[in-house]
Amino acid sequence: MPVPAYSVYEQAILFIAALVVFTSFLMLGQKRLSGMIHLFAAQGALLAATTALAAYTLPYPHLYISALIIMALKVILIPAMLHRLIVRLDMHRDAEPLYLYGYVMMAAAALVMFSYYVVEPIEHLSTLATRNAMAVSLAVVLLGMLLMITRRQVVTHVIGFMAIENGLFFAAVASTQGMPMVVELGIAFDVLVAAVIFGVFFFHIRSSIDSLDVDRLNRLSEVEP
Amino acid sequence: MSAVYWILGIPFAGMLYQAWRGDAPQAGRLNTRLCGLVFLASLVLAAEVLRQGTIELADLQFRVDAFNVYLVVLTAFVGTTTAMFSAPYMANEREHGRVNAARMRLYHAMYQGFMLTMYLVLTTNNLGLMWVAMEGATLATVLLVSLYRSPESIEAAWKYFILCGVGIAQALFGTVLLYFAAGQVEGIGEHGLQWSVLYAHAADLNPTVMSIAFVFLLVGYGTKIGLVPLHNWLPDAHSEGPTPMSAILSGLLLNDALYAVVRSKMLVDGSLQSPLAGHLMMGFGLLSFLVAALFLHRQRDVKRLFSYSSIEHMGIMTFAFGLGGPLATFAALMHMTVHSLTKSAIFITVGHAAQIARTQRIEHIRGLMRTQPMVGWGLVFGVVAIAGMPPFGVFTSEFLVLTATMEEFPWLTPLLLLGIAVAFAGLFRHLHPMAYGPQPAGQAPVQANLWPVMAHLGIVLWLGLSIPGVLADWFSQATRLIAGSAPL
Repeated sequence: MPVPAYSVYEQAILFIAALVVFTSFLMLGQKRLSGMIHLFAAQGALLAATTALAAYTLPYPHLYISALIIMALKVILIPAMLHRLIVRLDMHRDAEPLYLYGYVMMAAAALVMFSYYVVEPIEHLSTLATRNAMAVSLAVVLLGMLLMITRRQVVTHVIGFMAIENGLFFAAVASTQGMPMVVELGIAFDVLVAAVIFGVFFFHIRSSIDSLDVDRLNRLSEVEP
Repeated sequence: MSAVYWILGIPFAGMLYQAWRGDAPQAGRLNTRLCGLVFLASLVLAAEVLRQGTIELADLQFRVDAFNVYLVVLTAFVGTTTAMFSAPYMANEREHGRVNAARMRLYHAMYQGFMLTMYLVLTTNNLGLMWVAMEGATLATVLLVSLYRSPESIEAAWKYFILCGVGIAQALFGTVLLYFAAGQVEGIGEHGLQWSVLYAHAADLNPTVMSIAFVFLLVGYGTKIGLVPLHNWLPDAHSEGPTPMSAILSGLLLNDALYAVVRSKMLVDGSLQSPLAGHLMMGFGLLSFLVAALFLHRQRDVKRLFSYSSIEHMGIMTFAFGLGGPLATFAALMHMTVHSLTKSAIFITVGHAAQIARTQRIEHIRGLMRTQPMVGWGLVFGVVAIAGMPPFGVFTSEFLVLTATMEEFPWLTPLLLLGIAVAFAGLFRHLHPMAYGPQPAGQAPVQANLWPVMAHLGIVLWLGLSIPGVLADWFSQATRLIAGSAPL
């Protein structure tokens, strides 16, 4: 079987894709909230790099604008905001216990394989690089969900949520050369508003249950006493 | 200038103005007037569509056809009547100190913002923008759910935010896959997210990619419809937020999410030439219907009770749209209309009932007939209508769904009948003591505006007795768009 020849661009995309999944795994293993925020910013930076790379290689100059938006939003603005919030809530030194760490990691590996399995039928449609990007972005989405399921800390949930959006952006950039500009602006706006609302909610939750642990959000349930 | 711009522009301007002056005494009335203006604009738009057929605007970014224009009118109508109810209701809540000036501003601004996102979902031709508007609806309502700032409401809002946010992210992945599939087809290029372009090329879209995309779209928007097992947020959000918001969430948001799924189904059906999409929707719909009917029996909170009823009815609609075929589609469209009208009317009476009893616990809401007979009768008629009793419109549409099921999947009919019976029993065993029963001491009538309830239930009754020619014609046109042929 001949080894397919990759262009430099495709090689770079594959390399970045691997790094993006790697940051997702690191997030799953990260205990400290501030470390989590740094990882999230790093993932955003990888995303911005992919976008800029696509803009440079392919004839899609509008991707430069997307890269700038991602840079501003996901590398600078949102991480800075989250960081300020956890400092104000005096949680920046908190470490979260990791439950069933080994199982979570194995589940994560299984999810990555599952993503490749789901995307497999697309293989013959398009270049291998695209297929990889699709599988990787689906994996990042699923790993974000896994992060949200296994953790108890509200801030971690928010980062998981934002990581899911990162995965979606990666799919949009690497496999379809970005969504139309108007959609991308709309999504960026939604993400920004969501981040602001999340910040507001940290304080509401804190003042209502005196902690940011979702296990203590348990007043509403089907079975009433 | 097309009425579409007015329909989007008025709520946008209203949102900005209400964010600034939404705490003024006349803000509630202004809210009603803004919604009323949009309702008039929607009638103009309906007339335009009736006269010249499908309207396409602004480089295909907006598209209004027979299917979505009737939903625009319905949305505007329910939005207006709910705003009428909300003005005295929120004034009352403010008197009791449950909300302050800043939260009144937030409430009114977000009410308009929510209406804006709903109109955008319905009128846009761009599937990406539709997603943006849907997420915008979550963001607008999440602040409304937590309006009372009680621990329960904050928990409900958080759950709603996270579940719907993550859920709808799946829909975005589905949308990206659609765009990817469109990118493989010659001649689509930049327009790969525009619904009309995709629909025209549906047969060329890769079936494998489309079926994967549909699963993501169904799960994503299905979270928003409240399909079981993705429904957990719905009863909490509906029961903890202010009542006008429950009315518009049940009456409008769920419809619009279903609209998104049906649009996706139309695309996938064109590409796949197999009933996969329909069967998935039937399965999810039937499961939601049965589970919600059972859950009706164990509710203690009156607003939770009716939010489960919403899940049940969304289940019927999803099932009917999944069944496909002209008759089932016609029935589903009609069910969307009558359910929106009835459910928002019920939430309005329930809001008054909860203010009379000063609690939402069913066991403390007693003897409404004696305290305030109008509210009691409103609730009785509303529940009779939603349970699918003749002569109300819900009976007609459920009957049509049953007929269509008997034709195509006769073995599913007993399940549907069973679910309807279980739901009927669940609603009535709670209704009876609330409406009749002895009156607790110290229960006094509240200031209530029951015109919206009468108007809604009157229309539902009318639709049950006879469907006006214009509307029947309209449903037929929409059915022809969705199912390919007219029902009659």
